[in-house]
Amino acid sequence: MIEQRCKPILEKYYREDGSIISILQDVQEEFGYIPEEAVFWFSDKLNIPASNFYGVATFYAQFHLRPRGKNLITACCGTACHVKGADAIINRIREELAMPEGEDTTHDQKFTLEEVACVGACSIAPVVIINKKVYGKGTPDKISKILKEF
Amino acid sequence: MQKKRATTGKKTRARKPARAPRKREVRDFTIRVCVGTGGLAAGSNEVIATFCKELEKKGIEIPVDRKCVDNTGCRGFCAKDVLVDIIQGDSLFTYQFVTPKMVPRIVEEHIINGRPVEEWLVGPDYHAFHSKQTKVLLEQCGQIDPEDIDAYIRVRGYEGARKALSLTPFEVIEEVKASGLRGRGGAGFPTGLKWELCSLAKGSPKYIICNADEGDPGAFMDRSIIEGNPHAVIEGMIIGGYAIGANQGYVYIRAEYPLAVKRLRIAIEQARQRGFLGKGIFGSDFDFDINIKEGAGAFICGEETALIASIEGKRGMPRSKPPFPVNKGLWGKPTVINNVETLANLPFIIIKGASWFSSIGSEKSKGTKVFALTGKVKNTGLIEVPMGITLREIIYDIGGGMEKGRKLKAVQTGGPSGGCIPASHIDMPVDYESLAGIGSMMGSGGMVVMDDTTCMVDMAKFFLSFTQRESCGKCVPCRIGTKRMLEILQRITEGRGRSDDIELLIELGTDIRLSSLCGLGQTAPNPVLSTIRFFREEYEAHINKGICPARVCKALRQYVVDIEVCKMCGKCMRVCPSGAITWQKKQPASIDKTKCIKCGACYDACPFNAIL
Repeated sequence: MIEQRCKPILEKYYREDGSIISILQDVQEEFGYIPEEAVFWFSDKLNIPASNFYGVATFYAQFHLRPRGKNLITACCGTACHVKGADAIINRIREELAMPEGEDTTHDQKFTLEEVACVGACSIAPVVIINKKVYGKGTPDKISKILKEF
Repeated sequence: MQKKRATTGKKTRARKPARAPRKREVRDFTIRVCVGTGGLAAGSNEVIATFCKELEKKGIEIPVDRKCVDNTGCRGFCAKDVLVDIIQGDSLFTYQFVTPKMVPRIVEEHIINGRPVEEWLVGPDYHAFHSKQTKVLLEQCGQIDPEDIDAYIRVRGYEGARKALSLTPFEVIEEVKASGLRGRGGAGFPTGLKWELCSLAKGSPKYIICNADEGDPGAFMDRSIIEGNPHAVIEGMIIGGYAIGANQGYVYIRAEYPLAVKRLRIAIEQARQRGFLGKGIFGSDFDFDINIKEGAGAFICGEETALIASIEGKRGMPRSKPPFPVNKGLWGKPTVINNVETLANLPFIIIKGASWFSSIGSEKSKGTKVFALTGKVKNTGLIEVPMGITLREIIYDIGGGMEKGRKLKAVQTGGPSGGCIPASHIDMPVDYESLAGIGSMMGSGGMVVMDDTTCMVDMAKFFLSFTQRESCGKCVPCRIGTKRMLEILQRITEGRGRSDDIELLIELGTDIRLSSLCGLGQTAPNPVLSTIRFFREEYEAHINKGICPARVCKALRQYVVDIEVCKMCGKCMRVCPSGAITWQKKQPASIDKTKCIKCGACYDACPFNAIL
């Protein structure tokens, strides 16, 4: 199972040096997160210690070691969004999804909430991205309405 | 570009002669819709679809080989999105805040009957926003289709690269040195000098890297340049690669910018097909190609040595310098790393000459700088201004003044590495030296305007919590020092500040600045130190009086009901989680301070702003 899904990725990168990040990006694209088995599989094939993969995977914000929710909510916490009230929006999202602070995925795995530093759309702050669709000039009430659509 | 205009918001513009004449159709209109990140978020795709549908419904012939709407990049004024240009011959009308609902009327009145819908056109503020700027890099953003290489070639695209290849690498470096161009990524190192050092360095192959890891919260210049005009960055890399003798370039770009990555990929592919990248480019014997490396989300990777580690597939941790990357960079080979904006300047310097470039700007800072103007200012967006312009001109002329007529308090530049400039220094020129002199920095170009509702302690805490989170953990001063500073700020904003906290912050900040390994740690205390320097009384108010003058820090707020404004609706009582609010029909509400947990729910819920 793992072999079948990882092999194409291996073939794409085994010639290149320093491809750990690219491999992990593709693994995440394939599985939605980084499964432990996949890491050991690549470590074995490429003769790179699994700890190197783990080190990289935990260093970068992009990688996730646990499965994520079906819908990804990205809330921007950049300067402009902070000044314009991103906190209130995030609190409302947590409230709506009954997700306490410190957790990022709902129990039914329907939603994952991610707080990022800046999505670079400051002029329409505060910004929330749901499944790659950008919602600008948000307010807590607007967000509640949007979330009901899912 | 927006120089000549009439007062009605209508303006004429001479068509660029290089632009190919469009075939005359039944209706010879061009409709341009902004499809940058800002535009897309505001619904530009829906607007485009409605235009297409509406035109078809009215039987207006649109040839199949031509899109009824041209895609353009970001023109910087995202606050007014969706912006739509309707061009016929020499006349151009721009509509603001366009929604699909408005499209039928625009088609009916403007396109069919030739009468623009006056009330939906942009106002004088739109023109002021553009006319006070000096657009070099942004000139083409929003004017050309970023996914079409011919559109770029028509505006003299790749002419700079061709010309550079006809010179010797030495001549190219001399030209860039003479222009006075300095790195736009933050520290302002002279670009020509960096190239010279790398070209003299022993070792091969050599590499040139474009740093598009724009991680500063509040900055989006690089994203907009790549989204709006990706070929300019590629051309800049070709010129740089040729000058230093590199045959391979990398663009290290944030994965958080999917649209920019996509457009860059398309642009690189198109350039390869034309023979502008690959073997023997432009028919010369110089080989040059570019690969994209997507960053994986780490602010520290904007630091040169960390960026190199990341491209090599490792944890993005910086190392001590020297050796500098120009001697030992990627895979231990000589490497130049230039910022997106720096590279985008190069085609212009080569085409128009060093003396043209150095005629813009101030004595030590040449050329223009792109800023992301955001915060509590009326017109937010991307602006390009000559170096040395004053903050007053930026905020009041281009920015249109403060939002809601509030009072300017400070301007933050340089993101988490920079500092706050108080309103009293508003006439200071904006260039590398002046900003550094006041304890801030140019940084990559984020500019956040703050009014009296912004708490400076909270702001410092915000930036420090960012750098603290992004600290890679390699060196102790940054890893532990920023954590301790953050804890102190935390307790000050929660009303538990101690009388010696300010001195302690200054001491810690100074030590971290002096002893950290890389730029991240060395600059991390800047937001705290500069706010203490200019807004010490705010820190003191938090610590000694237990109040937050800007009423931001929730723990220090005292919630009371303004009985005169209260409409007795009872909404506040229903949202209060701690049962601190008492209310009866036809009675104003009141808050029991002993039960209040200062969550702010009532404040947010009150429709009449009766809770203070």
